[in-house]
Amino acid sequence: MSQLIRMDQTGHTVLACWSPDDAAGTEAARAALHTELERGYLAVASEPDGTAVAVRELPADAELVILRRPIAGG
Amino acid sequence: MDSALAGAPVSGELPELAGVHWRRRVDEDALRRADRLWTLSVVAHTVPFLVTAAVLPLLAPVLAVVSVPALAFAWTIPALYAARGAGVLRPARRNAAVSDAAERRALGLLGDLLGHDARALCARTGLALERGVFGVWLVGPAGALLVRPRGRRVQCYCVRVTDADLPRADRVAHLLLALRADESGFATVANLTFSGACWRLRPRLPPPAREGLRAALRGARSAPAS
Repeated sequence: MSQLIRMDQTGHTVLACWSPDDAAGTEAARAALHTELERGYLAVASEPDGTAVAVRELPADAELVILRRPIAGG
Repeated sequence: MDSALAGAPVSGELPELAGVHWRRRVDEDALRRADRLWTLSVVAHTVPFLVTAAVLPLLAPVLAVVSVPALAFAWTIPALYAARGAGVLRPARRNAAVSDAAERRALGLLGDLLGHDARALCARTGLALERGVFGVWLVGPAGALLVRPRGRRVQCYCVRVTDADLPRADRVAHLLLALRADESGFATVANLTFSGACWRLRPRLPPPAREGLRAALRGARSAPAS
């Protein structure tokens, strides 16, 4: 089961869960992702091998998509 | 800034690059250039004091009293730069708005993102170790160290998530994910605060960061030279 989570003040919040063969769940996750992107969050698909890819669309086959806030030089 | 990022084209690169469009993307050559410039800067700061300390007593032995402060300046100025670099791994102040439960939850997520050894190090130090193309990174909540291949040199970067109300571990996770998504972009967005020898930086780091630096040095020395 794939997860869309948002890092926030609570540690993190699971916004949606889906599997590739679950069209309704995938659509709900896609809608949640777009809502958060419009709020200024950035999405990263994190892979089990330790790699990560910045995404703007839901990769249906990703195991974990994490929403993060932007970073800036201090 | 958020609206600018929302419209930024993303092709695997860090969206935050849109906010620093005037900067050239960091690559291996740029890192080496930065290292050379820092070395030149240290030489320019210290050599005049060293020459002063050496020459004055030759002119008149009584002037040896001036040599002592000159040597002190020659030592202190690079030390101040190193202290500034070490500041990127200074322990973050606890945000009163963040609960213990949130901190634990955030630490759990960060642990899930790390491998076994890095997770154990993170549990002890609160820092995340990550091997990259440019070297081995040690990521904290408000910055990162980059230990260059063979461990002879370290660079300190000041960079943080723009939301100050996040748990400490989440702030580390933000930087870690950005680093993994685009290492070159991460180094471009971050501000370089120090580049120099590890021995100069080590004593100025807080103890947990010193342990992290030891682990990063081991990783950098064991990595194949690029």
